Amino acid sequence: MSAPLLQVSRLGMRFGGLAAVSDLSFSVEHGAIHGLIGPNGAGKTTTFNLVSGFYKPTDGEVRLRGERISGLRMFEVARRGVVRTFQHSTLFSELTVLENVLVGTHLMFRPNIFAAIAGWDRADRRGARARAEEALDFFGMLGHAGARAGDLSHGHQRSLGLAVAMAAHPEVLLLDEPFTGMNPEETGTMMALMRKLRDSGVTILIVEHDMHAIMGLCERITVMNFGKLLAEGSPDEIRRHPGVVEAYLGSARNAA
Amino acid sequence: MRRALAPAAFGAALAAVLIALPHGLSFSQQEILVFLTINILVVASYRLLTLTGEWSLAHVVIMGVGAYASALYSKEFGVFVPVAMLLGACTSALVAMALSYPLFRMKGFYFLIGSFAAGEIIRLLWKRFRDPFGGPKGLKKIEPMPDFDIGIWRFDFFEPTSYYYFALAVVGFCLWTMWRVEKSPVGLTFHAVHWQDRLAEAAGVNVRAYRTLAFVIASGFAGLAGALLAHYIGTINPNSFDIEQMVFVLTWAIVGGTATFYGPILGCVVLTGLNEILLRELGLEQGRPLAYGLVLIGFVLFLPKGLEGLAEKALKALDARIGSGMAGGRQP
Repeated sequence: MSAPLLQVSRLGMRFGGLAAVSDLSFSVEHGAIHGLIGPNGAGKTTTFNLVSGFYKPTDGEVRLRGERISGLRMFEVARRGVVRTFQHSTLFSELTVLENVLVGTHLMFRPNIFAAIAGWDRADRRGARARAEEALDFFGMLGHAGARAGDLSHGHQRSLGLAVAMAAHPEVLLLDEPFTGMNPEETGTMMALMRKLRDSGVTILIVEHDMHAIMGLCERITVMNFGKLLAEGSPDEIRRHPGVVEAYLGSARNAA
Repeated sequence: MRRALAPAAFGAALAAVLIALPHGLSFSQQEILVFLTINILVVASYRLLTLTGEWSLAHVVIMGVGAYASALYSKEFGVFVPVAMLLGACTSALVAMALSYPLFRMKGFYFLIGSFAAGEIIRLLWKRFRDPFGGPKGLKKIEPMPDFDIGIWRFDFFEPTSYYYFALAVVGFCLWTMWRVEKSPVGLTFHAVHWQDRLAEAAGVNVRAYRTLAFVIASGFAGLAGALLAHYIGTINPNSFDIEQMVFVLTWAIVGGTATFYGPILGCVVLTGLNEILLRELGLEQGRPLAYGLVLIGFVLFLPKGLEGLAEKALKALDARIGSGMAGGRQP
């Protein structure tokens, strides 16, 4: 497979007169952990929202295995195998941990109302439950299955967010700042989980501030500044890139 | 073992009480019992609608759509009344489907106002068009349910007891269906759409389709409730389904609480009881909106979790007393 799994080409997004992202092109290879970084206001989150279908781009396009996915709505993008997580702890906080992950299995076990009333969906419900428990187990959360999601600790809420996304069996997982607010130990655990996830065949695209985590985790990194592509390459190349160093002005070294 | 038996025993006792209930009551109380049964379907279907987080002000009008449709089908086309009722329910569901296209472009407060406007438009259509809706005077002499005999009981539908049993069976079946929906993965998706529509969408849920689904199912049940009402009282007019009725439904739902399946039903039963026993005995029937308003304000201020909050507390205390260990949580 030579064609990239996810290809972003000449992507642009304007909010009124402001170009948040312009002429951005990069591609994510199958089985990679790909980082998307940049200083505050560089347009990372906008890009992320464009890829996941939360926004419709004003220019350019996003293709998944050659199929155009930009302009589709978020659930349609998810159905094609690109599932995102959210910044902060966006969860169904009133539902239990298991119920949260069960919502994640929606794509694999599409509920049917008539089958549900008649009780013909037992096999599906069992399957969904098994998948949900598998996802919880993967993140070491099985012991918390009955807890209310809103009552979990911050780190566990993060893991649960990932478990919900993973339960959907995505091909590409988009992670929006997964390390924010984590201490170094939690960050280390999370990095290990992401490698494990990648080894299970999931391609990962991460938007992140935490340079230390990104440098340690990603094979390829795309750097943005002022809505444009600044550099792309391996962590070593990025670390030595003069433009990147200038953009961060050393603040990157402290960020870890 | 004892925990598994308890619900079955409770269900059997409840059924026995419900069947015996009309025999100790006067004629007018039996009539109220019929209305109460129908109202339970209205308020329970309203809760199904609110599961996705949107509160509609058109629910009673949608109920009226079922009432008008069923009455007209039986009157104009001579459709057998029970079939007309089902067709009336389907008509309500279809009208809700059509309304969902403009309405679900809005959320929250805007949805609330939009649904009110949509409901008023339907009501004005009833008022404006004498043919077939009968104008402001509405429809009269609606076909009653035909009498029939099942051996142990002769159903004479001018008799409130007979109609009560009929309504009880219909409403019971509807409640069972709604319960099944809520406890299914579909119900879980409704909750997910309510609590975090963005996350639900990221997980591949077509949020708008699920909002529409809840709205359409709830409207179908409301339409059936309207049809049950129309063929019982025999006369309906646009004012039978005005905003005042909607406020009553809202009050039942809020006073009962909408977090549990039984909350709104509890609210409806308790407030109807309060209304019929207290206000009627005191001769203060005209004061019903005032009393409802006071109760509503009181609950919002002092008991925001509603009657179900009290009931849940009582159940927990009971559970702890029995010492069965785990407190009964919600099941997925």
